[in-house]
Amino acid sequence: MKMLVKNFLLSLVGIALLLGLWTFLSGNVAKDLPSPFKTWQDSKLYVLQPWDKRGEMDQGIGRMTFYSLVRVAKGFSLAILIGTPLGFLLGGSPLLARMFDPVMQVLRPISPLAWLPLGLILFRQSEPAALFTIALCSMWPTVINTMQGVRSIPQDYTNVAKVLRLSPWKRFTKISLPATLPYMFTGYRLSLGLAWLVIVAAEMLTGTPGVGGFLWQEYNSLIYSHILLCILTIGVVGFTLDRLMGVAESRLRAA
Amino acid sequence: MAFIDLKEVSKQYGSRRVLANINLAVEEGEFVCIVGASASGKTTLMKIVAGLVAPDGGSVTIGGQAINGFPRFASIVFQNYSLLPWFSALENVRLGVESAFPDWPAAKQKEQAKRYLDLVGLGNAHLKRPGQLSGGMRQRVAIARAFAVEPRVLFLDEPFGALDALTRATVQQELARLCDEQKPRATVLMITNSVDEAILLSDRILALGRRVSGKDAATLSKAAPVTLARPRAADLLMHDEGAVRVRAQVTDLLTSGASKNRTGRRVTAVVATAAPVEVCPE
Repeated sequence: MKMLVKNFLLSLVGIALLLGLWTFLSGNVAKDLPSPFKTWQDSKLYVLQPWDKRGEMDQGIGRMTFYSLVRVAKGFSLAILIGTPLGFLLGGSPLLARMFDPVMQVLRPISPLAWLPLGLILFRQSEPAALFTIALCSMWPTVINTMQGVRSIPQDYTNVAKVLRLSPWKRFTKISLPATLPYMFTGYRLSLGLAWLVIVAAEMLTGTPGVGGFLWQEYNSLIYSHILLCILTIGVVGFTLDRLMGVAESRLRAA
Repeated sequence: MAFIDLKEVSKQYGSRRVLANINLAVEEGEFVCIVGASASGKTTLMKIVAGLVAPDGGSVTIGGQAINGFPRFASIVFQNYSLLPWFSALENVRLGVESAFPDWPAAKQKEQAKRYLDLVGLGNAHLKRPGQLSGGMRQRVAIARAFAVEPRVLFLDEPFGALDALTRATVQQELARLCDEQKPRATVLMITNSVDEAILLSDRILALGRRVSGKDAATLSKAAPVTLARPRAADLLMHDEGAVRVRAQVTDLLTSGASKNRTGRRVTAVVATAAPVEVCPE
C-alpha cells in the first residue's frame, strides 16, 4: 500500500516536471507551441462539455473519442476474428506456417498510411477503408501469438488428448483452446494497441470525425491548442485500453 | 498367446539404438514391472506398448489384436501427473469417463468420477484445481482418472517418480488397494526405477538394460517372479525372506548386464536407488 502511494506521488512529480518543461519551451524556445495554461483555456469547452455537438467537426472531446473507439472496436474485432483462426491454423500446421511465413514477414511492417489508399480504392468509402486498414495492421500480433501458443502446448496435454482418445472438437475445446488462451490475450493486447495507433492515421487521411480527424482539422484551422488536447487524449485512452487488456490478461493467467 | 504380447520389438532414434530384441508376454490380470535406470529406454518401451510410439521392428498385440494407437480399454498414469490445469479435479476425471463411456448420461458420468475421487481419498477436493493440490494429491487425481474408466489394461509410467518418499509409500498402498479391489483385476504394466516398489506391487519383475557388450540398445532380462501374499506392507518386505531373495535376484538381473557393459555406470545407478528403505506410516 505504502509502495502504491509512493509510486503515485512519484508519477505526479514526473507529470509536474513535464508540464514545467512544456511551459518553458512554449515561453522561450518554440513560440508557436501553446503553453499548458493556454491549451487548457482553449480546450475547456471541449473537455467540460465533452458530449456537445456544435457541428460535424466541432464536437466535445468525449464524443470524438467515442467515434474513434467505435471504429477501433470494429476494426479490432475484425482483426481478431481473422487473426485468431489464422493463428490456430498456422500453429497447428508446420507446413502452412512455412508456406505463409515470408508473406507475413513482408506484410507485417507495412505502415497504415500505405494500406489506406488501397482500402479507399477497393471500398470507395472512407469508413470500410479505415476498418480494412485497422484490421490489416493490427492483426499480426494476434496471429503470431496465437500461433506461438498453439506450438507451445505442452506435450503432456497432447498426450492426455491421445490417451483419453478425445475427438478433434473436444481436443480443441478442452485442450488447445484453454492452453492457448493466455497467448491469445497477449496478442489481443498488442493488437488493440496497434489498432489505436492506426485509427489516428486513418482518420487524419479520411477526415472522418474522431480524435484523429479532429486533430487534423484543427491543424488546418491553425488552432494549435486543440492539437495538444487531441495528443493528450490519444495517449490517455491508449494507456487505459492497454491497462484494461492487461487486467483481462492477468486474470486469465491466474485462472 | 499372452494378453499383452511383444515379439522382437526394436526401436532406434536416428542412429541411436534404444531397444532391441524385446520379447514380453503378460497374462491377463497379471501385474508386471519393468525395472531400469533412467535413460535405459523404459519410457520408450512403455510408449511402444501403449501405442503412442510405433516400433521400428517386431510386433505388439494386446488381446490378440495388433495395437493401433492407444487402446480403447486401457488407461495410463504418467510420472508428471498430466492433469489439465484449467479443470477441477472432478472435471479432469470426468473428461476421462466421458470419453470412455460416451453413451452414459451426464449424471452417471459425474457420479463415476466422484466415486473414484472418493476412493483415492479426495472426497473434499473435488472442485480444487491441480494448482491448488499437493503433488501426492495430484497423482491421486491422475490415478482416479485412470481407474474411473474401468480399464482392462493399466499402464503406469513411473507413477510415483515425482513424489517424496513418505507420500510415495501411501500412494503406493492406495494403488495396490485399488488394483486388488478391481474385479476382474486389470492387467498392469508398470515401469519404475525402484526395485522395492516393484516388489511391493508386482507379480513378476523384469530388468531393462544394456547387457550385451558392443551393443548399445537395451534388452529385457528374464523374469523374477514375486510370489508374496497380498496385501504387502512395505516395512515387512524389508525383512521378509522371500522379498529379500527377490531383491537379490532383481539386483543380480540388473547388474549381470552391467558387468559386461561398456556403459555400466548407468545400470549400477539403479542398484543405488533400490537401497533406500521406504517408510510406510500406516
